[in-house]
Amino acid sequence: MSNNPPVSPTAPNGRPLRGLKLVPRSDTAYKMKDFKSDQEVRWCPGCGDYAILAAFQGFLPELGVPRENIVIVSGIGCSSRFPYYLSTYGMHSIHGRAPAIATGLAASRPDLSVWVITGDGDGLSIGGNHLIHALRRNVNINVLLFNNRIYGLTKGQYSPTSETGKITKSSPMGSPDSPFNPLSLALGAEAGFVARTIDSDRKHLTGVLRAAADHEGASFVEIYQNCPIFNDDAFEPLKDPAERDNRLLRLEHGEPLRIGPDRGVVLGDYGELVVADIAEVGEERLVRHDAHRADPGYAFALSRLDQPAFAHVPIGVFRDVERPSYDRLMADQISEAQTTQGRGDLASLLAGGDTWTVG
Amino acid sequence: MTKQVRQIDRVIIRFAGDSGDGMQLTGDRFTQETASFGNDLSTLPNFPAEIRAPAGTLPGVSSFQLHFADHDIMTPGDAPDVLVAMNPAALKANVEDLPRGALVIVNTDEFTKRNLAKVGYASNPLEDGSLAGHKVSAIPLTSMTVKALEDFAVSKKDAERAKNMFALGLLSWMYNRPTEGTLGFLKTKFAHRPEIMAANLAAFQAGWNFGETTEDFAVSYEVKPAALPPGTYRNITGNLAIAYGLIAGSELSGLPLFLGSYPITPASDILHELSKHKRFGVRTFQAEDEISGVGAALGAAFGGALGVTTTSGPGMVLKAETIGLAVMTELPLVVIDVQRGGPSTGLPTKTEQADLLMALYGRNGESPVPVLAPRSPGDCFDIAIEAVRIATTYRTPVIVLSDGYLANGSEPWRIPEVDSLPEIRVDFASGPNSEDGTFQPYLRDPETLARPWAVPGTPGLEHRVGGIEKSDRTGDISYAPANHDLMVRTRQAKIDGIARDIAPLEVDDPDGDADVLVLGWGGTYGSIGAAVRRVRRAGGRVAQAHLRHLNPFPANLGEVLRGYDRVLVPEINLGQLALLLRGRFLVDVIGYTKVRGLPFKAEELAGVIQEVIDRVE
Ligand code: SF4
Repeated sequence: MSNNPPVSPTAPNGRPLRGLKLVPRSDTAYKMKDFKSDQEVRWCPGCGDYAILAAFQGFLPELGVPRENIVIVSGIGCSSRFPYYLSTYGMHSIHGRAPAIATGLAASRPDLSVWVITGDGDGLSIGGNHLIHALRRNVNINVLLFNNRIYGLTKGQYSPTSETGKITKSSPMGSPDSPFNPLSLALGAEAGFVARTIDSDRKHLTGVLRAAADHEGASFVEIYQNCPIFNDDAFEPLKDPAERDNRLLRLEHGEPLRIGPDRGVVLGDYGELVVADIAEVGEERLVRHDAHRADPGYAFALSRLDQPAFAHVPIGVFRDVERPSYDRLMADQISEAQTTQGRGDLASLLAGGDTWTVG
Repeated sequence: MTKQVRQIDRVIIRFAGDSGDGMQLTGDRFTQETASFGNDLSTLPNFPAEIRAPAGTLPGVSSFQLHFADHDIMTPGDAPDVLVAMNPAALKANVEDLPRGALVIVNTDEFTKRNLAKVGYASNPLEDGSLAGHKVSAIPLTSMTVKALEDFAVSKKDAERAKNMFALGLLSWMYNRPTEGTLGFLKTKFAHRPEIMAANLAAFQAGWNFGETTEDFAVSYEVKPAALPPGTYRNITGNLAIAYGLIAGSELSGLPLFLGSYPITPASDILHELSKHKRFGVRTFQAEDEISGVGAALGAAFGGALGVTTTSGPGMVLKAETIGLAVMTELPLVVIDVQRGGPSTGLPTKTEQADLLMALYGRNGESPVPVLAPRSPGDCFDIAIEAVRIATTYRTPVIVLSDGYLANGSEPWRIPEVDSLPEIRVDFASGPNSEDGTFQPYLRDPETLARPWAVPGTPGLEHRVGGIEKSDRTGDISYAPANHDLMVRTRQAKIDGIARDIAPLEVDDPDGDADVLVLGWGGTYGSIGAAVRRVRRAGGRVAQAHLRHLNPFPANLGEVLRGYDRVLVPEINLGQLALLLRGRFLVDVIGYTKVRGLPFKAEELAGVIQEVIDRVE
């Protein structure tokens, strides 16, 4: 629809961003402020959403995409207010349905960079079905799931990522539910791009956003997000400077899996991944991170390392594999039909089949 | 032997058999032969929801009724003149519909003790005199087919399966149908299995020859072509006509068609059809569920496509929230509901008109949506285009209420000239629209009250839409009481205003002296029309009008209603339109309702109309 030539934006190293092959490139050198809307931001003071918004606004200029070719689609929940605070096109839709709406948009408009903003309730509870199907289809959208492990907007009920036994307004004796691990779920749906990051680490967050945009097809990013009102310090062990290095596993493609200076990850007997002292097992037994493995089994094993809660938490890109995006396959079928049979002609369509003439 | 050919003006034939007997195919082929011969026709397929219910049982019976004539007709007919019953179950399920003297052609091979017992026949109806009121042709269709195919390289089972073609050949002879279409069809259908093709062609020919030679049938019949208005015709079902109408709407508006849909009976054929037309740039998205189907269509509409979703009742329920979002975001969206018997799963393969109130009111809040209903299979084409026109002009979701009868039923359709189709002009917003030089996404066109459609990719018009109440003009989030009141009333006024832009309701009142008006909507047009003709032929005075626009109503509806002493409203629900008319116009309409999963019978309706006339006079 845009008249801009479909020139691909490039990654900092000059290589075209894979997820934006068909999106026009902007001549404007945008600044962060160009992506702020005139709306007053209305999250609670101290909410992790502020940091994510700032990181996102700071990141958009580097995408190199005209502002009008960026669309943010969200569902319902605190995080889903996101589109209002960005000066791009946006739709604040209905509970859980953002991946479905974004699917229609992305599938019919390959010239857009489409971002879905969702939360643990929106994306994993009421909208779980749309999420897994968008991921398996590999629609060219970037899904950012803000996981605060609680229902915020409805004032503090347990969510599908809340820990078992959690005491909330709707679970005074503790929640009997088992939580979802969002990454295990996304990997079960064989999402091509799966990553995790944290609201408080802007540099890491920005790096993950960049990698997500660089993936053609559905990218799924879980962002640990603090809700100071209803679930404060849910991720504290990962933020506390004294603690975090013993828990965080920063994933770098091609690098050994290390947790702090002394520990690393080795392969267990049954294909699972196990944390071990490097001194005991030896440096050479450490598993080297490979985000490009076609089989999601390894990434799934990585996603299970956080058991029990936050024991060891990998952050970064778990999986990044290429396969054709849904919208591309759809567009290819159309151009194939038009190339082999010619553009459709309405008059001959209507006059097809067995006909007869009267008079 | 030369046989006598007798001229008749019309005939109703019903093919009935087991679900596995190919009755729908047989009926469809006979219909195509009849269409290409130039008769007017109307069909009523009737099949079970189960794909293959146990063989030989009553629930497994599938039938196809065809009414054709040398003059224009309006319905598939009340009662068959000819019943082809492929087994005892088919006979039992249909015999009660036969008038005295009807011809019954039965496949005697299937009338075994076991099969008779299966459907509760204590004695063989072919022998016990229970069919004495009918002309019975007892023919061993299966064994004759097998015998005819003795020299063919097909298994006994495949030979037996060709018995429907034998029956089709026989009926084609009996009614002097042109056969090239069916022969060509079989050649294409079985092109990859030459031996099956040869067997089916031979079975068809054997059936034809049998008719010509047997003494069972002394006469064959001829129904002359109907004097339809000049033009080129094809036979069309409602679902096909909707698919074509949507493609036409896309071409006329210049908007690429995006269909988001989840398979559901009886709407799936629209998805199947549209998925074939990628040459027109049509994108079909088979969604994970009904909600996703409509959600994706709305997302595509936000991006500037013609967003469409197709479904039936249970799916409509699930789409309600997204339709509400489309009302709030004021984006064009076409929602096709091919109604079936409800509530819940209801009667998936049977027809009903009971989704009217849901279409109008089945959403939270004040959520006005234009509602249209086609009145015949061919009219589905025009209604689909009208839905596209209203949706894009007024930036609103539009609901089309088709039904199972229209969807699967067919009639001759005069192929329109593309130039004669309505113009649909869509202008996307391209720049600022307010005096202060800004872009205001909820600043409306003063005439239509439509808001601008600014699609992503348009520089300078970046804006956010959503389900939260919007501020007038700016579209910012607003919880202000006065603004909400204004917006609720404005959305309503926008939809109400469409009444100025639709054709007034036409009344068919030939002498202008009728006291009684019969008013219907949607798929009952044919039955009501046929009933009205009967009444008039008997000297009764009655007017007929039929609504295609259910929301808003045509502007003259109130005046029309008040112009008659009594208004009779037949519906295949428990009186939903009647409720609306009473509420809206304070007119004491008389409802007549039936919810049997089948269209009204013309004879029955004629009786009801006559009663109302008698009461007035
Ligand atoms: S309730 Fe929690 S998540 Fe929601 S805005 Fe407040 S702090 Fe943020």
